[in-house]
Amino acid sequence: MPNRVSIRLDGEYIRATRGQTILEAARANGKFIPSLCAMKGLHPVGACRLCVVEVAGVGRLLPACTTAVQDGMSVTTASEKLRHYRRMILELLFAERNHVCAVCVSNGHCELQALAKRLGVTSVRYPYAFPRLEADLTHPRYVLDHNRCILCTRCVRVCSDVEGAYVWDIGARGVQSRLVCELNVPWGQSENCTSCGKCVQACPTGALAEKGFAAEEMTKRLEPIARLASSRGGRI
Amino acid sequence: MSKARVATVWLDGCSGCHMSLLDIDEAILALAKKADLVYGPLVDAQEFPEEVDITLVEGAVSSQDDLKLVQKIRRRTRLLVSLGDCAVTANVPSLRNSLRPHDLLQTMYVHRVDADPSLPGDGAPPLLRRAVPVHEVVPVDLHLPGCPPKPDAILLVLGEALEGRRPELAGKVVFG
Repeated sequence: MPNRVSIRLDGEYIRATRGQTILEAARANGKFIPSLCAMKGLHPVGACRLCVVEVAGVGRLLPACTTAVQDGMSVTTASEKLRHYRRMILELLFAERNHVCAVCVSNGHCELQALAKRLGVTSVRYPYAFPRLEADLTHPRYVLDHNRCILCTRCVRVCSDVEGAYVWDIGARGVQSRLVCELNVPWGQSENCTSCGKCVQACPTGALAEKGFAAEEMTKRLEPIARLASSRGGRI
Repeated sequence: MSKARVATVWLDGCSGCHMSLLDIDEAILALAKKADLVYGPLVDAQEFPEEVDITLVEGAVSSQDDLKLVQKIRRRTRLLVSLGDCAVTANVPSLRNSLRPHDLLQTMYVHRVDADPSLPGDGAPPLLRRAVPVHEVVPVDLHLPGCPPKPDAILLVLGEALEGRRPELAGKVVFG
């Protein structure tokens, strides 16, 4: 079976590699598809749905991060319909928790905030839930603030895929879903956490941060994680 | 040509958005030729007037007084602009939303106060259960997020609105 396939991306023919996802093929060809949960070096899960695309002949939208390219596939990555749903998803993320950008450690360096600007979200049409959520300050070096968590599971995956410590998981269901440390213990009591900080760096918002930073001060680096994953033969 | 009637209002916010409005510097002189400021913390009017063309609302809707005022503003304003994150998202004022107003006041005015702890008395407007964005209580025509919004963005909004156009803010402004 040939390793190369041809797909059409917004009408333009591109070459892709069998096994690549639509998102990977699009990015390799300089095409922007918004995403939050997808991250270089981690296996894709399709958690945030921001990367939805239209595939000709398929009656529903598909996440580009978990859909493999197929020879002859025709994909639309930008349309009024997609912009509509992507904005909706972003607004629901903002409405679900307390993303108070102005006082967030990640203000100005946040992927959720940056996407809101890029996709033209200037207000949230849904009533804010204003849930009462806690911050876990028990780890000596890091903070977990559930107010800012979008449940993208990058932290879960970087801890399992790259660090191999399996500290994080998602507990409960639906709107009650929370990031949990091991069997729902305070982070500071974790037996497996190596304090490597990969989860903090991978987090797209201010949900995971280093202690001692004030608003706007927390910046993150994703490249070392991608390099590490790549050097261990992980997915690029 | 008669001048446009512009109002500004300060609900539950820190006045930072008004500071940003003043930060348009000398551009305010050109605006003053096209518009009269008829109400707001920067002028003396006591009552929100009728027939206002543009109102910039700073702050979340947090008290009964805020709610009544913003409803009156909506009735009397053609173009209502939510100015800044507190008006657009409830922002910092919403940090109190997980506490009931009574518990909030007890905490801030009684439990954590050493000298003469007492609840705010007559004249203090009763708090709503939650501080909410303006568009959750009245229809809003334009959202200008930012904490505070950049002076350039405020100038763009006023400049376009005074020419009768709806400014396009998508991609130019951001929360926080």
